[in-house]
Amino acid sequence: MRGIELKNLTKHYKDTKALEDVTLTIEYGKIYGLLGRNGAGKSTMVNLISNRIFPTSGEIFVDGEMSIENDEALRKIFTMSEHNLLPVDRKFKDAVKLVKEFYPELDDDYAFALAEKFELDVKKKLMSLSTGYSSIAKLIIALASGADYIFFDEPVLGLDPNHRELFYKELIDRYANTGSTFIISTHLIDECAGLIEKAIIIDKGRLVTAEDTDKIMENSYTVTGPAELVDKYTAGKTVVGSDTVGGIKSAYVKGKAENVPQGLEISKASLQSLFIQMTND
Amino acid sequence: MQINFESEKPIFVQLADWLSDSIISGAIKEGEQIPSTTEMSVSLKINPATALKGVNMLVDKGIIYKKRGLGMFVSQGAVETLKKQRQSEFFGEYIKTMLDEAAKLGLTKKDIIELIERG
Repeated sequence: MRGIELKNLTKHYKDTKALEDVTLTIEYGKIYGLLGRNGAGKSTMVNLISNRIFPTSGEIFVDGEMSIENDEALRKIFTMSEHNLLPVDRKFKDAVKLVKEFYPELDDDYAFALAEKFELDVKKKLMSLSTGYSSIAKLIIALASGADYIFFDEPVLGLDPNHRELFYKELIDRYANTGSTFIISTHLIDECAGLIEKAIIIDKGRLVTAEDTDKIMENSYTVTGPAELVDKYTAGKTVVGSDTVGGIKSAYVKGKAENVPQGLEISKASLQSLFIQMTND
Repeated sequence: MQINFESEKPIFVQLADWLSDSIISGAIKEGEQIPSTTEMSVSLKINPATALKGVNMLVDKGIIYKKRGLGMFVSQGAVETLKKQRQSEFFGEYIKTMLDEAAKLGLTKKDIIELIERG
């Protein structure tokens, strides 16, 4: 079976449980959103998968193979993160060459075509690029890497709106052309809600859900109205969270809305607002 | 076209509606090719699987057909089929909503007919 499997994956630091007993499968050929609040364990998960750190317990399989210290398995994974693993004293074009040594499938023509679209100066040393362009250089190499599983950790930090837009569009285009798996870890859920087919939501190191975005959206709704009526209606239902303004209450409910009494309004909740409710204390 | 992510309507239905509108208005004519799912998903920033789902909705209704290796095209008679379908939905989507609102506002049948004639 193709995909990345995490089995009871756990990572503890001295006093912190960064990741706790996470079991899930990342299916090959889909776009994922890895969503969690600050410190939820997103980066820990990505670092474990890419073998930058080792788990306290649990296992990771890439296309059925154990990934720890397994170069062949690790070649299938590319991680773009804030941490710079690219040689900062080199120019973009040299960095491309260097990465190609470990990722022979890297498509340099595509990388340079993208650099042109983003107007990246390929002759400048990476360390003298602006914050935005330094991210862009990393994004381009990730998109071009040819890896089967490409992770983006907060990809659009520091990018202006035009470049963000361009990045999302290029990602979809690349996905359509290669069929690789893309995993985007982000806070900016509204921006990529239409893009991600599956969402992995983690909170305080624990897995909240890993499901089709469509299903998450279909199986929840918002009910708004006078607080009393809302409470009466939601009694016995699974309420994920609620907001009250004056006497008007909005409750986020799991399931499908049925037999809605007069005076209550049903609407769809955005992925972002569901996420906020699922991960609030 | 803009996708409304907060709409009650799923994204793939919004895409199918938009294609249908373009066909009814003649922006894409019968026999002509429609944009590829990749083109549509890139320009709308949606997952290609979602775009495909929207297109397949119209394929199932015979509005669009696929030519292997060439792309997707608007069927002959698509405009007529779409108009008929829209007509049958007209009552539920427009008339019923209007009558509900009119009742809330206390408008009589006479008031409504007068307003329609004015329009």
